Amino acid sequence: MARVVTRQHKVIATIAAWLVAFLIFFPILYTIITSLKTEPEAIAGFSLIPSGTFENYITVQTRNDYIRPFMNSVILAVGSTILALIIAIPAAWAMAFSPTKRTKDVLMWMLSTKMMPAVAVLVPIYLMFRDFGLLDTHIGLTVMLTLINLPIVVWMLYTYFREIPGEILEAARMDGAGLWQEIVYVLTPMAVPGIASTLLLNIILAWNESFWTIRLTTTTAAPLTAFIASFSSPQGLFWAKLSAASTMAIAPILILGWFSQKQLVRGLTFGAVK
Amino acid sequence: MATQNTRALARFMMAPSVILLLVWMIVPLSMTLWFSFQNYNLLNPGNVSFAGLFNYQYFYSDPAFFQSIWNTLVIVGGVLLITVIGGIGIALLLDQPIFGQGIVRILVISPFFVMPPVAALVWKNMIMHPSYGVFADISRLFGFRPVDWFAQYPLLSIVIIVAWQWLPFATLILLTALQSLDSEQKEAAEMDGASAFSRFIYLTLPHLARAITVVILIQTIFLLGVYAEILVTTNGGPGYASTNLAFLIYRTALLGYDVGGASAGGIIAVILANIVAIFLMRAVGKNLDR
Repeated sequence: MARVVTRQHKVIATIAAWLVAFLIFFPILYTIITSLKTEPEAIAGFSLIPSGTFENYITVQTRNDYIRPFMNSVILAVGSTILALIIAIPAAWAMAFSPTKRTKDVLMWMLSTKMMPAVAVLVPIYLMFRDFGLLDTHIGLTVMLTLINLPIVVWMLYTYFREIPGEILEAARMDGAGLWQEIVYVLTPMAVPGIASTLLLNIILAWNESFWTIRLTTTTAAPLTAFIASFSSPQGLFWAKLSAASTMAIAPILILGWFSQKQLVRGLTFGAVK
Repeated sequence: MATQNTRALARFMMAPSVILLLVWMIVPLSMTLWFSFQNYNLLNPGNVSFAGLFNYQYFYSDPAFFQSIWNTLVIVGGVLLITVIGGIGIALLLDQPIFGQGIVRILVISPFFVMPPVAALVWKNMIMHPSYGVFADISRLFGFRPVDWFAQYPLLSIVIIVAWQWLPFATLILLTALQSLDSEQKEAAEMDGASAFSRFIYLTLPHLARAITVVILIQTIFLLGVYAEILVTTNGGPGYASTNLAFLIYRTALLGYDVGGASAGGIIAVILANIVAIFLMRAVGKNLDR
């Protein structure tokens, strides 16, 4: 009897779960569908079957130079993440492998810098950017995004590095490995998965950052967040084209995100939930 | 062994991160604090003078201030309510054995990866638009008049959009916590004849308590600063109906050019965020001791 109940239970749970998942995913799905419609189709009422035109994607590129904000997003997200990793890897390494009584305090303090509301420093940052000619530059925004995400990067790396057993190092040393061999053959292979996850999550966070990227850029360095936000009034860009631009803006990160969902929990809760 | 050396090396390795974050924390924040005591308007930059507490008084007496604080709390509270309750429900559902679990998970988590301006514009134009949105289509199907969401319920509309973005986060974390629940315990409770409801109240919920705390605290940090969603949908209006504290500060600073007033607002935002931060740090800190 228990078998039958379980089977029935599974079917019902499956239907309910798929229904919920469909509803949650619907706005994204509908955007993708609308991007494949013509403009008159897009406002002609509810329909899940587009005529399948790719015209909107072409129009968005020719009329609004889509490639530029897209490349800016890539440059800013990847650049700031790599910069953050270069700064954070030694720090996380030191804290994980030669912790002192102070390590925990340092980590907590780093976390606390993440709690500062962005608007609280909008005025001084804006004035500094203006005075140093950093407004709307790649370098200015890359540094900004690096600083914002640095605490999360240090934290994530720390939680990964901490899981590398110290005994392995001692064993390698016993076997006569030098420091260099130790790093290349023992530590690097064990650290790479953690570094890769951190890289992935931080590209996602930097890609979607929507306060500084909108406020500190106008055109030259404006990434997709600023590009899309500039269509808040619908002149010039209509439903189908807006959908095409939106689809292109979220597609790469959606796919990256699907691969990183496990690390996401860990990274965003600072290791509090695994 | 070479502890002296190791320690020096460790310090050297940590220095760049620590120094950068120290500068990042101290310089802008002390500038904000300094500006908050100055009469400083960007339209009249030559004329800067000491203002004492005037900016705070001014910000405090601005009728938009209390509305923006209230709106901030409504956004934070509303989104937390929807995401935590919804998140528990969906997490419980996804924890069941179902067909195609991997795909369902991917679909559910997706909104989290959508950048805020896209999320807001998609909801504004595709879903909630009074003539072309899906909600309007549904209303017409049932013979109702479509609702003009952003004009009639601006704050609720923003809560819905932000909740949609954060529901996946809550779900994913609660699901992760659920999956670490000991299945033997669940079976034992079942054997003892505990109903599904009492199993949930006495077993599952206490087990989730920590994860729920973490979800609430982390979301609160981000929700206090909701910005892009307001910018591209209502622009804070009508009037100040959907202006939160973050948006009011932005408005004062970059549209009103009032550096002093905006800085005073910024300091108030810091105090608000700190209250939350203290609790979050405790929750996370406890985990480090394990």
